[in-house]
Amino acid sequence: MLTTFLLLPLGGAVLAAFLPHDRERDARWIALTFALAAFAVSIVMFIRFDTGVEGYQFVDSFDWIKAGDFNVRYVVGVDGLSAPLVLLLGLLSVVSVLVSWTIDVKPKQYFAWLLLLEAAVAGVFISLDLIQFFLFWELELIPMFLLISQWGSGRRLYSATKFLIYTLAGSALMLAGFLVLGFEAGTFDIARLTANPPTEAVVPMAAVFWAIMLAFLVKLPVFPVHTWLPDAHTDAPTAVSVMLAGVLLKMGGYGILRIAVPLMPEQAVEFQTVLATIAGFSVIWGAIITLRQTDLKRLVAYSSVSHMGYVLLGVSAMGSMGFAGAALQMFTHGTITGLLFVMVGLVYERTHTREIARMSGLMHRIPILGIGMVIAGLASLGLPGMSGFVAELTTFLGSLDAHPTATIFAIFGVVLSAGYILWMIQRVFHGPATEEWKHLKDASEWWEFAAIGALVITIIGIGIYPAILTDVVEAGVAPIAAIVEAVS
Amino acid sequence: MTLAEHIHYMGPALTLFVGAVLVLLADLVLGRRAATWGMALVVVAGGLLWNAAQALAGTSGEALSGSIVVDRFSIFVTFIIFVSAFAVIAAAREWLSRLDGDAEFLALLLISAGSMALLVQSNDLITLFVALETTSIAQFIMAGIAKSDKSAEAGLKYLLTGAVAAAVLLYGFAFLFGISGTVSLPGIAEFVRSGPESQRLPLILAFVFIAAGFGYKMAIAPFHAWAPDVYEGSPAPVASFLSVASKAAGFAVALRVFYTGLGGGDTFIAQDWAMLFGALAALSMVFGNTGALLQTNARRLLGYSSIAQAGNIAVGLAAVAAGSTMGPSGVLFFLGTYVATNLGAFVAVTAVAERLGTEEIEDYAGLMKRSPLTGGVLSICLLSLTGIPPTAGFIAKVYIFNSAIAADQMWLVGLVALAVVNTAISAFYYLRWVRTMWLDEPKDAVTFRPAGPTQAVLFVAAAGVLFFGMAPTWLITAAQRAAETLL
Repeated sequence: MLTTFLLLPLGGAVLAAFLPHDRERDARWIALTFALAAFAVSIVMFIRFDTGVEGYQFVDSFDWIKAGDFNVRYVVGVDGLSAPLVLLLGLLSVVSVLVSWTIDVKPKQYFAWLLLLEAAVAGVFISLDLIQFFLFWELELIPMFLLISQWGSGRRLYSATKFLIYTLAGSALMLAGFLVLGFEAGTFDIARLTANPPTEAVVPMAAVFWAIMLAFLVKLPVFPVHTWLPDAHTDAPTAVSVMLAGVLLKMGGYGILRIAVPLMPEQAVEFQTVLATIAGFSVIWGAIITLRQTDLKRLVAYSSVSHMGYVLLGVSAMGSMGFAGAALQMFTHGTITGLLFVMVGLVYERTHTREIARMSGLMHRIPILGIGMVIAGLASLGLPGMSGFVAELTTFLGSLDAHPTATIFAIFGVVLSAGYILWMIQRVFHGPATEEWKHLKDASEWWEFAAIGALVITIIGIGIYPAILTDVVEAGVAPIAAIVEAVS
Repeated sequence: MTLAEHIHYMGPALTLFVGAVLVLLADLVLGRRAATWGMALVVVAGGLLWNAAQALAGTSGEALSGSIVVDRFSIFVTFIIFVSAFAVIAAAREWLSRLDGDAEFLALLLISAGSMALLVQSNDLITLFVALETTSIAQFIMAGIAKSDKSAEAGLKYLLTGAVAAAVLLYGFAFLFGISGTVSLPGIAEFVRSGPESQRLPLILAFVFIAAGFGYKMAIAPFHAWAPDVYEGSPAPVASFLSVASKAAGFAVALRVFYTGLGGGDTFIAQDWAMLFGALAALSMVFGNTGALLQTNARRLLGYSSIAQAGNIAVGLAAVAAGSTMGPSGVLFFLGTYVATNLGAFVAVTAVAERLGTEEIEDYAGLMKRSPLTGGVLSICLLSLTGIPPTAGFIAKVYIFNSAIAADQMWLVGLVALAVVNTAISAFYYLRWVRTMWLDEPKDAVTFRPAGPTQAVLFVAAAGVLFFGMAPTWLITAAQRAAETLL
């Protein structure tokens, strides 16, 4: 089933790439079909996911490279940690195809790269072998780079290159770390490594831990390695921003929870204060910078830095509650920020500016988009009844005992986020309606409604009935928490 | 041992030597360029067939009183060398049709490739030196064969540095012979294994000189200075031949001498020469990458890139002596994928030079619009050189770095850390080039198609890079079995 999930976008990408020239515009239908099919697979997977079962489910595997001492298996599977992320990826891929509906510059290539991106991220979330994980991790770079640099705006080439360099530099040492872990344990299989993590290596384990963590922290991202994110977001096309904020950042948090913590629990516990400090600082710093933004998209981008700080904070608590909070925050942030970027993109398509100062009273002109933005904004600041609240509350409850100072800082970050979100909505959507925006057309296309609707339903649905997600997540993080407790 | 067996053992090399004469005769008798070109291809194909026959029959053993040896290792490397010779000849069709003395060039190339095959079969120092000089002398002439100042300069530079390298190598051999009293590699190995601690210093001197001599062939820092100039100045087919076949032969013969000749990984000096290669690898990666960052000429960039890649391969050599059995197979597997990758890149650069008359990277702007095949293949090869999946370069790097880690020594982990950081740096100049081809607008609307044989070589190279990136088991297994015969 998971292999199908991986192959569907890949097949769609190939099909889109080889469309005849005169039917180039049909690439979007191919992309939508395959993204929907993959989404359907992820839904079926999520429904059939059994929280009572220990270990990985829907496992597919075969020997990929089998040569003497060097064995790499193709192994995919999900547990409670990755299942929601797979679902999120399926959902956001459909959304990003929808919001790309009017792309008319080289649509064939665009949709092919977009689907390839989906496949690469899918590979990261379901891989259960370190080398295979690393392969997909690197595979994601090229589609992302091309999508930003070819279909982006502003200083797109600069931003795409910055993204590429940060990610490559961050992940370079990760390979060395993986190889050391793999050698010490005699296997690259994540399940076997988790069951029997190596406790010492020829180099200090702390070095291995940070070599691997660096890649994840850059991807998450946290202060001070976050500066690639606002640039990449601002200059990326809407759909790519959705994918970037929605799922690519989650690769970092997922990596920490799947690999860094369970494979090196002693180091994770040892350095938890460092992580908590980075997290708390990241939340506050991100929020303060967000307050100062004058560009609508940059504002949302910086808010991601702040919100991803919660993920690290939850992880640094080194307990099941904190882990669950982090995992929930990853899912909810994906949907909420995804929606924010969709709204910003749709507004920008109409106003052709992202200057907050130039916009005013848009609620009178484009009420549907305005309401969408308000929902996304309220969810983003953690209003009860929406999914963000559940995640943040769980995170803070988890981390308060372990790291009270960092948690209090982070809670202060929530206050700030209420500030920048409400202030932004007030400036852009309320206030006097100006003549300049008189001719704006509200959302009217089916694909706009579909994209907004899918995300709003998810956000509110999870806010009202969080158990659908929390049960799965708790089942997923319980074994990781058990590993950590055993060493602390 | 019968004469037929002697001939069979050296068959692939002899095929090319005889073929060289036949090509010259064909030129005299037929006088048609296409005929000599086709004949050279047939000759290399014949050599490959013979090589394949040896592989299938599992031929192994010594010939010529032990100075020549056939084993899986020599068969593997010979295969790589002949495949690159075949591809270089095939892709050089257009260039040859303009060259005065095309038959002479082909004959030299066949002799050079044949001698490389003998080189990797050599089992004593004298045979080894003769084979090395034969292949080098043919290359000196080839580098200078185009009647241009640049080509002449490249030829002369290559000759002068080559002469020094040969002298240094011979000096090292003399030391080795002086200490051990024999020129036979197994004989020397026996001497080293007996653990003559008092001879440590002379032995170290000997292998430092030998590493310098081979280092020149591998284009590894600090013996790399010739590479960018020669790669840029010599005719494109020669440069591509040097960058793959010559490098492969250099690494292979180093494996043979240091592994078979110096007794492998468990002698008292193994750690010393492992560290030597570790230091060379580190230097090479740093010099190659920093040099490549500044280049604007495609072939010069590939020259520096090949120095950096030599550093990657040398990581495997360093792991060899550290006792890891994966080291030599890492070197061989990397060489196998490197041949496909670098040939693809060089042939694409040559095709662009033929059609657009430029080698400046800025003129690659919009190459994807001018010639999707050339641009696509070059992109795949550059991604492979960077080590981005799903190309062969990714697996090759993972495999060779893994072999170094598996040696379980702290300094090798440090070397791998340096190597992966260098990989990230190399992405900067490789991907900048890819970006130029994909994103920048071409200056004019000129589109082109490379010549037929060139297209075929490009296609096969890219297919190989992708195939070995996705299904590498076969090549890794072959490399491992070849490496076993060294142990």
